[in-house]
Amino acid sequence: MNNDLSNDLRQQVENSFEKKTPLCISTGGSKTFYGNQVDGETISTTTHTGIIEYQPSELVITVRSGTLLSELEAELKANKQMLAFEPPQHSKDTTIGGVIACGLSGPRRVACGSARDFVLGTTIINGKAEKLRFGGQVMKNVAGYDASRLMVGAQGTLGVLLDISLKVLPISEAEVTLQFHTELRTAMKHIQQWLKQGLPISASRYSHNSLTLRLSSTPSAVSSASHTINALFDTEEIDNSFWLNIKNQNHAFFSNESLAENQSLWRCSHQPNTKFYGDVSNQLIEWNGALRWIKSDKALYDEAEKYNGHATRYPLHQTANQKSLTSDLFQPLSPALMKIHQRLKQSFDPENILNPGRLYSKI
Amino acid sequence: MNDKIISKQALLMQLGKILPDTQLLHEQEDLKPYECDALSAYHALPVAVVIPDSIEQVKAILAICYAGNTPVVARGAGTGLSGGALPVENGLLLSLAKFNKIQSIDADNFTAVVQPGVRNLAISEAADEFGLYYAPDPSSQIACSIGGNVAENAGGVHCLKYGLTVHNIVKLKVLTIEGDELTIGCDAFDSPGYDLLALMTGSEGMLAIITEITVKLLPLPAVAKVMLASFDDIAVAGQAVSDVIAEGIIPAGLELMDNAAIKAADDFVHAGYPHDAAAILLCEIDGSTEEVDDQLQRAEQILIKSGATKIQIAKDQAQRAQFWAGRKAAFPAVGRLSPDYYCMDGTIPRHQIANVLQRITDLSKEYKQTVVNVFHAGDGNLHPLILFDANNEGELERTEELGGKILDYCVEVGGTITGEHGVGIEKINQMCGQFNSNEITQFHAIKTAFDQKQLLNPGKNIPTLQRCAEFGAMHVHHGELPHPELERF
Repeated sequence: MNNDLSNDLRQQVENSFEKKTPLCISTGGSKTFYGNQVDGETISTTTHTGIIEYQPSELVITVRSGTLLSELEAELKANKQMLAFEPPQHSKDTTIGGVIACGLSGPRRVACGSARDFVLGTTIINGKAEKLRFGGQVMKNVAGYDASRLMVGAQGTLGVLLDISLKVLPISEAEVTLQFHTELRTAMKHIQQWLKQGLPISASRYSHNSLTLRLSSTPSAVSSASHTINALFDTEEIDNSFWLNIKNQNHAFFSNESLAENQSLWRCSHQPNTKFYGDVSNQLIEWNGALRWIKSDKALYDEAEKYNGHATRYPLHQTANQKSLTSDLFQPLSPALMKIHQRLKQSFDPENILNPGRLYSKI
Repeated sequence: MNDKIISKQALLMQLGKILPDTQLLHEQEDLKPYECDALSAYHALPVAVVIPDSIEQVKAILAICYAGNTPVVARGAGTGLSGGALPVENGLLLSLAKFNKIQSIDADNFTAVVQPGVRNLAISEAADEFGLYYAPDPSSQIACSIGGNVAENAGGVHCLKYGLTVHNIVKLKVLTIEGDELTIGCDAFDSPGYDLLALMTGSEGMLAIITEITVKLLPLPAVAKVMLASFDDIAVAGQAVSDVIAEGIIPAGLELMDNAAIKAADDFVHAGYPHDAAAILLCEIDGSTEEVDDQLQRAEQILIKSGATKIQIAKDQAQRAQFWAGRKAAFPAVGRLSPDYYCMDGTIPRHQIANVLQRITDLSKEYKQTVVNVFHAGDGNLHPLILFDANNEGELERTEELGGKILDYCVEVGGTITGEHGVGIEKINQMCGQFNSNEITQFHAIKTAFDQKQLLNPGKNIPTLQRCAEFGAMHVHHGELPHPELERF
């Protein structure tokens, strides 16, 4: 079976370029909610699959965009490695192309970095139906503009992702998850202190007066860090699989039933030590305070901006009611930034055929 | 669009209205110190050097340049190795040296807000009292500026574990040539819209002028220990690098030096290196006491299994500093061997290290020029130093040709022409080998999105297609002309 559909995909983009008709890029479809609806002919990367190159000692894997995230992670796990940004797998159909296009990172982001930090290179088809390769398969590469990381979070508006080279990391030798009750501000103060002491905190989650921490390092380092925390709090050790529900956003907190009428789920991103706002008793807080999931019946853009952060409406389980909200999901950009976005979009996709309006209605 | 270029006289008159004499240099002897960066083989005198000390002045300078179609090249500390800050003869050189203040350190959020002219090391020095530091450490860190680091996406010896500049900054304030003030990135761990922070990092001053940088700080590791492993075969040392990483250890630094570099460095600073070794590896592990002890022990076992003939673990901080002193002094030490040397910066997949080192040895014999190898082995970033004497006619040209062949080979084995020094003017021809004409055209389109008049640092980083066509005529690869679709000149 031919898993390399580069030529077919390029041909489809070329046809649309000539006809000036829009394309709606379809991957696994598990993150359809994460952007505006695109009206256009479907171009699907789901059968453009397979690992192109993987040598574990290089800490690099090059993979076609339609490859299932589950398959990619299983292959890495078999070699005691991982995608350290721990991307959410919203459904069994989630592909690595969708993960990179949306640029979402999970719990371990706080310790290891985000999706874009691990992208080393990409091959794309731009809006002129040109197949372009940016970046590469090596850790350090400063030749030309960093157009490969530019694709992360661009949601296909600058190019159809064909393949991606990602840096991978070894799975920690030891990992422990501790949970204990504490007040929010105390929790955040201690996390900060523990980070300064070098405790290997690889994930944190706070909700309902309970802090859950994951420690990842060598066995003796994890054991020593556990002692430090246990000396201060009455902790319970729970299974590491706890983090799967957080990573994949299928923890009960994220369920649609947990939303009151007229409420939407909001993803608010801040510096960790930013003042908490809204009803914290009904929030889920990750990334040592930097990522706040808030249920709100009003838009949080102004509030987030006031505290130097940004907000995204996150209709994870989109209902008809929420769909009727037609404004962009993401924090509005300043006019000067939007101008640059429009020009960049134009530079990659002059006929505006690739996922037009998906990220912001103006690009 | 008005594209008439204003005269030198008119330009100086306009600049004189916004800058005092001390901040506007235009006499030849005043311009001379700015004629090149650390790549001194290339030099040019700008029309004038401007040294503003306020954002308002920078804005006014850019407005004059934009209205008068005057090219402008930004310069930090001028320590760049690829000619990125080489002046343009009909343009201005914009020195950001006076923007040298650390504006704030936020010890709770692990960030610092700094001006572009702040020295790299000064950030770590200022953060030290909070138990924090700034991770990227290019070898020029005592002198190089953070603005230049962002422009070049600078690296250093700790990149494998801690990343390049792009991984260690969170927000930029920039001015576009059109006068827009943009905030790029965000204090948070991500930001809405396109990842312009990545695009700006390493863009060599060609997209916008950086006026403020928020950097990420890290807690100082509790412990750092270094191990010196000797090998009697450089290929075995190269393989050992892969073996350590394959076993799941990410050292904070993993550096390789060949015999010529070992001797040169040891003669210079008496680092205690074994002169009879074909190669040495310096392997540093940092973290908590327990983590370092665990990993150091494992790394030692792996290196012995991989064929190390001798392992020394620095017994104290003094010996650790001594081991590193040799590596850090390697470039100036090599400088004592020869009147000039040319430093390359290719990066390759680690499993190709032995192969590429062999190719370098073969090319060295073919060109009858000595090449010394010191490099960041952990991330496959080579720094072959080609020894030459610029006073001998044709030797610089021959050296550049040899260097070009090494870079071509790096690309051929799946690597890149530059890992951390940037393209600048130095490697602009090799860009034609790494990217095809559609990719280069896309790069130009990105540039145009920010700078429609092509005024910011023109001629650097991205070659014109004509240049590639001319260069291609000289470099035939596997019998195929690069860019066959272009006319030949």
